[in-house]
Amino acid sequence: MRHIITIIKKQIRDTLRNKAVFIQFVMFPALAAFMTKSIQIEGMPANFFVKLFAAMYVGMVPFTNIAAIISEEKEKNTLRVLLMADVTPWQYLAGVGSYVFFFCMLGAGVFCLLGEYTLGERGAFLLIMAAGILASLLLGAAVGAGSGSQMAATSVTVPVMLLFSFLPMFSTFNSDIAKVAKYTYTEQIRLLLDSLGTESGPLEGILIIAVNMILFAGLFCLLYRRQGFRQGRPALTKN
Amino acid sequence: MTTLIRAEHIAHSFGNQKILEDISFTVERGEVIGLLGPSGAGKTTLVNILTGQLKATGGSVRTGEEGRREPACLETGIMMDSFGLYERLSVWENLRIFADIYRVSGERIEKLLDRTQLRTARNTAVNKLSKGMRGRVNLCRALLKDADILYLDEPTSGLDPATTWKIHQLIREEREGGTTVFLTTHNMHEAETLCDRVMLLNQGKIVEQGVPGDICTRHNSRGEIEVTLRGGEKHVIPNAPESEILLSTWIREEKILSIHSSEPDLENVFLRITGRRLCD
Repeated sequence: MRHIITIIKKQIRDTLRNKAVFIQFVMFPALAAFMTKSIQIEGMPANFFVKLFAAMYVGMVPFTNIAAIISEEKEKNTLRVLLMADVTPWQYLAGVGSYVFFFCMLGAGVFCLLGEYTLGERGAFLLIMAAGILASLLLGAAVGAGSGSQMAATSVTVPVMLLFSFLPMFSTFNSDIAKVAKYTYTEQIRLLLDSLGTESGPLEGILIIAVNMILFAGLFCLLYRRQGFRQGRPALTKN
Repeated sequence: MTTLIRAEHIAHSFGNQKILEDISFTVERGEVIGLLGPSGAGKTTLVNILTGQLKATGGSVRTGEEGRREPACLETGIMMDSFGLYERLSVWENLRIFADIYRVSGERIEKLLDRTQLRTARNTAVNKLSKGMRGRVNLCRALLKDADILYLDEPTSGLDPATTWKIHQLIREEREGGTTVFLTTHNMHEAETLCDRVMLLNQGKIVEQGVPGDICTRHNSRGEIEVTLRGGEKHVIPNAPESEILLSTWIREEKILSIHSSEPDLENVFLRITGRRLCD
């Protein structure tokens, strides 16, 4: 536990000096707040911008952040030094994962406060966001474990992030895309957020998110076994 | 002397490429042992095996004091060739992370900052430090733990002479404090001045090992002595009876300024054995 807390403290100190990462955490909640307060169009669904940006936030921020953190630590050899100092890979993952999860949940809290929800709906909103953030973290950790450098990680994270983050938006305009998008966790997050306050059952959405998480965990295990955190040769991409 | 590390017939390969072959040696408590070899000789691979970062494909490494019923777990400090520092964090913050992991007090960090002359850079971000200062932070981190054995992988590689001298001083202080130091280098002067024993590694094999002076004497196959006369004139003459008359004359005439045996240095020993230079 001590090692996990040390990793979290280290990440917090680092974030305060890393504007690029810090901006990512605050950009989507700030945009949602600005749009919600400044754009009022007649006939626009309730909490439109909150739900739209929340789904994008879940698909982008935890995923790119954890992939960037792990790949940077691998590239700069700091991860190797931590592992030599008796920090286990799982303690490291728990540390950086908890840190990203905590900061993303702060953002989720801002979205939650921006939306016009009842107390019960707010609880459900946060649970849905937590599930999405966890799925994103698993996918990002897999990319980080499989990449040898930040550059290599970015070449994977950008297309994957665009795919998962924009599918929910595209699916609202095209029913064919919606048929495929429904199997992604980000689309299910959007649908679950849409269904807040309605009678529709969330079972299918929860199942799809769970299957996504299992697949991402499997991908992480596969890449971690091939590459680990110690060796210099990336399993996913070459530099 | 107590043996801390006993390596027997270590071998390692990456695929079909043999990196290390039949490496055997011991490391005694309190000594500075140097592993010399050119780039690509297998030095870092051997250190990675000794520090448990890599599993050898053959042979065995036994660490801990021999003779004890329970093999003691050695406290190790490791300074790698790459710095591995958090660049956005300050010197103190970098050391604090590892002090927390090792359960070391802040007081020890402060003492080490003084010893490594990093006090003034305490709150400076690592990305604003010179290479030499980063090297000292790296060494400082390796010294945080009160280690039984320090692994220093090319600690002065690419550093300026002043920083190199400071790091050498710190290594000597550690040795005087009873710490065993395992030093890899391709700098033969570093090895000659710091090490009690050296191992010469070439293409994954130890080609020679022993006390630096003894190795050089062993390879003094030329059997010559070098005489410098007053006025700077130098003569290399056979270390044999036929030189007796000439030497006696010079001594009588008080012409001799210095007289040296002409054994090779470690660089030349390595060159003679392998046909390669250490700095290749």
